[in-house]
Amino acid sequence: MAVLKLFGAWPSPYVFRVIWALKLKGIPYEYIEEDLSNKSPLLLQYNPIHKKVPVLVHDGKPICESTVILRYIDEIWPQNPLLPTDPHERAVALFWIKFADDKSPFISKLYRTDGEEQQVAAKECFEMLEAVEGHALVGGKKFFGGDEINMVDIAFCSVAHWLGVIEGFTGLKIFEPHKFPRLNSWIQNFKSVPVIKDNLPDTDKMSAVLKRRREMLLASKSS
Amino acid sequence: MAGELVLLDFWPSPFGMRSRIALAEKGIPYEYREEDLRNKSDLLLQMNPVHKKIPVLIHNGKPVCESVIQVQYIDEVWHDKAPLIPSDPYQRAVARFWVDFVDKKIYDLGSKIWKTKGEEQANAKKEFIECLKLLEGELGDKTYFGGESLGYVDVALVPFYTWFYAYEKCGDFSIEAECPKMIAWVKRCMQKESVAKSLPEQEKVYEFVLQLKKLFGIE
Repeated sequence: MAVLKLFGAWPSPYVFRVIWALKLKGIPYEYIEEDLSNKSPLLLQYNPIHKKVPVLVHDGKPICESTVILRYIDEIWPQNPLLPTDPHERAVALFWIKFADDKSPFISKLYRTDGEEQQVAAKECFEMLEAVEGHALVGGKKFFGGDEINMVDIAFCSVAHWLGVIEGFTGLKIFEPHKFPRLNSWIQNFKSVPVIKDNLPDTDKMSAVLKRRREMLLASKSS
Repeated sequence: MAGELVLLDFWPSPFGMRSRIALAEKGIPYEYREEDLRNKSDLLLQMNPVHKKIPVLIHNGKPVCESVIQVQYIDEVWHDKAPLIPSDPYQRAVARFWVDFVDKKIYDLGSKIWKTKGEEQANAKKEFIECLKLLEGELGDKTYFGGESLGYVDVALVPFYTWFYAYEKCGDFSIEAECPKMIAWVKRCMQKESVAKSLPEQEKVYEFVLQLKKLFGIE
């Protein structure tokens, strides 16, 4: 049997993307938790360029970058496909996945920065929500993937779960249900999917960890 | 399968050049439409409402946005000629990783080289060369990143060569001196008609950069 290892670090949304894809397809794997302040020699060997998680190692061969990993998983294990088969529909899905990838770092910046930098991040997040509300969820779809979740839904996970937690302890208010009704429905639907619901990081724990990280980052900036 | 194909583009855009090369490699006829970015056409705004950017590939009236997605789309739809993306899933993942690396690093660092001065420019030059060296490492002894034929990474990276002269003049350094293997690879790519006819002259791009510097008040 093929050996599959996933190097991750709680509560990275990019790692959760990969966990959900593996569980949706029923693929067994070994999970290795990394301490990002003390990265293992193995992680550095498997991802020398970026030195980041997630890294998927399949039969000793590493795959890095969460979206690259998701596409690899979808191609090797085609059950419960995560992308449309029609080339144009797939191009549209990939567009939104790239959009999510380009914009998600601003969600992290909300807790990693303050002052003007944080304001810029908040503006980028708001514009991202506007674009998704106005262009990606038209047509009354339950999920970006239609009746079932697909890679686009997974890619927007930071909007569904991480944003709310970060808003909570930073006091920012970017997502408001009445301003983004389609997104609001999508978030409820996405978090009700059993594989997602059973594998979401605990909000209180996450809040405590990210809040502590924020304090350390801002303290080291001013020192 | 062929149908109507339009590429909305802007001549110095390295992103637009990627799609031009992919279409040329496969010998696919298409209509090239030059956009004036200070006066974007209604068609562009309609076809790419989220970003309002070029390039946009319009196939039978349906838009494909983002150059890396266009190259993948072109490769999928016209799969019988000159395949660009590896057929092996692991090699495909490696190619996607490096295209992502090019996208994350090369354009932004290059922009910093011509837009900034002093320490910021020096740091950008240093990191730019480091990135090119990493790419040289990935190329190894291969003819192209794709092996014996042009591949996904080649198509994604070679357009930035047209901006190297501008980077060198603005940054006062020689890319060939630091990364001779990279320049040797570029020269091999330029021997291919699909690449040579899709790329503008470096001097023309440098003139364009000088105009931009004037426009933005950058010395």
